[in-house]
Amino acid sequence: MTRHRGRGMASINYPIGMNLGGDPSQALVHSNPSGKFTVALSSIDLGQGMKSVTRQICAETLGVPVEDVYVDTADSDTGPHCMGSFASRGTHRVGNAVMAAAREARGVMMEAAAEELEVNAADLETDGRGNIHVKGAPHRSISTKDVAIAAQFKQGKTISGRGIFLVPLSNVDPETGEMSPATCYAHACLVAEVEVDDETGEVAMVRMDSAYELGRALNPRLVEQQLVGGAWMGVSHALYETPEPYYPDPVHGPRDFVEYLMPGPGDICPHDIAVLERPAPDGPFGAKGPGEMCANPVLPAVANAIFNAVGVRIDELPITPEKVLRAIKAQGGARPQARR
Amino acid sequence: MSKIPLQFRHNGRDVAIFVDGGTNLLVALRELIGDMTPKFGCGQGGCGTCSVLVDGELHLSCLTLAETVAGRSVETLDGMKQGPSLHPLQRAFADNFAAQCGYCTPGMLMAAKALLDRNPSPSRDEVIEAISGNICRCTGYEPIINAILAAASGRVSA
Repeated sequence: MTRHRGRGMASINYPIGMNLGGDPSQALVHSNPSGKFTVALSSIDLGQGMKSVTRQICAETLGVPVEDVYVDTADSDTGPHCMGSFASRGTHRVGNAVMAAAREARGVMMEAAAEELEVNAADLETDGRGNIHVKGAPHRSISTKDVAIAAQFKQGKTISGRGIFLVPLSNVDPETGEMSPATCYAHACLVAEVEVDDETGEVAMVRMDSAYELGRALNPRLVEQQLVGGAWMGVSHALYETPEPYYPDPVHGPRDFVEYLMPGPGDICPHDIAVLERPAPDGPFGAKGPGEMCANPVLPAVANAIFNAVGVRIDELPITPEKVLRAIKAQGGARPQARR
Repeated sequence: MSKIPLQFRHNGRDVAIFVDGGTNLLVALRELIGDMTPKFGCGQGGCGTCSVLVDGELHLSCLTLAETVAGRSVETLDGMKQGPSLHPLQRAFADNFAAQCGYCTPGMLMAAKALLDRNPSPSRDEVIEAISGNICRCTGYEPIINAILAAASGRVSA
């Protein structure tokens, strides 16, 4: 029995959003009489951090502290329309919609403040700490709370804004087949190192090194969280998960988490990640989105690493010990390739 | 089927309920006591999100007959915070971004508490061993392991 080490890499070019009949998302922003703002979305935060990121985007655009913004998500009955949280589109599409809504709400807020301070709205600026003052004269100031109260109870104005971001459908050119399915692309490269046991066919992850270019990282800790966790979803797809191990025969399908395998805490390995930021011209504050891309390069990189380790090409996922073992037997033993 | 009277301590408080024979502890906690912090994941002991402590020992509440905790002490995530303050483990999970969708988090926290209660300075391998019955789909475990190690060494924000 020998354990063979192998290294494989994969690079990807990942479109942000999708191209099925146009890709819109809407957002509504309004102030409460307390001077706090609510962002209404029907977009869903599955844990990736959309609430946090849209909250940051709204606060930054309004010019108010982030703690003054609440994000209310995922009521598709009452919220403004959203296509959904998929295709790495949340930060880019929803973020842009929130930005547009916050910009409109900011306009109303500045008008209301101008009326209270008896100045021109164009002469006002926000300090990001909850105050609006005359440019160059910080003492001529009013809090966003007092503006909200005045708008609500004195001026009869709603400090609110509507936002939509739409990437229109790109039709396929019937002559050339050409289309533009996305407006921006994120990029990644991942190197996986594995150890393949030629007696059992088991593949163990040894380490991963990756670089991701995903526009501006609006919340670096959330980006890191997504990349660290998502890579293991990729490993899981590469090596473990399948609802149909002997497709089309359903007999041996997994019935529960004991049979539907996923990596456990003992299966993980070090993963060194570099995040490169090249702001996207049409992204909210330059953001694209890490999204699904965090899992994708892992699969081909692991398959390549297995080839490098024992010389077998497995082109069906997941790459189970059985498949590895059968392939090694078929070629008459492990054939380690040159180390790269 | 007749109901069986059952008394035990739930997060330091005496509770008395009537259960059907064969009711598992997870259902008793969620539906009869109203403590929704232990989650129903697989119902077969495969995922760990229903983990609770019975007399300080880690148990899968979905595979524990409710009757077997009579007279014993059951701790759930609901009892973890100390008054208005989060438990250091909860704080460490927040600091280290150890939750995404959050569904595994109650089980992870209980498994971590069971570990730290008996071994306050675990090694990384001991942490991995302690949470090896718990599945997480989002985080890749790394932030969870780091959070537990941070809580153990007192590296927790105020």
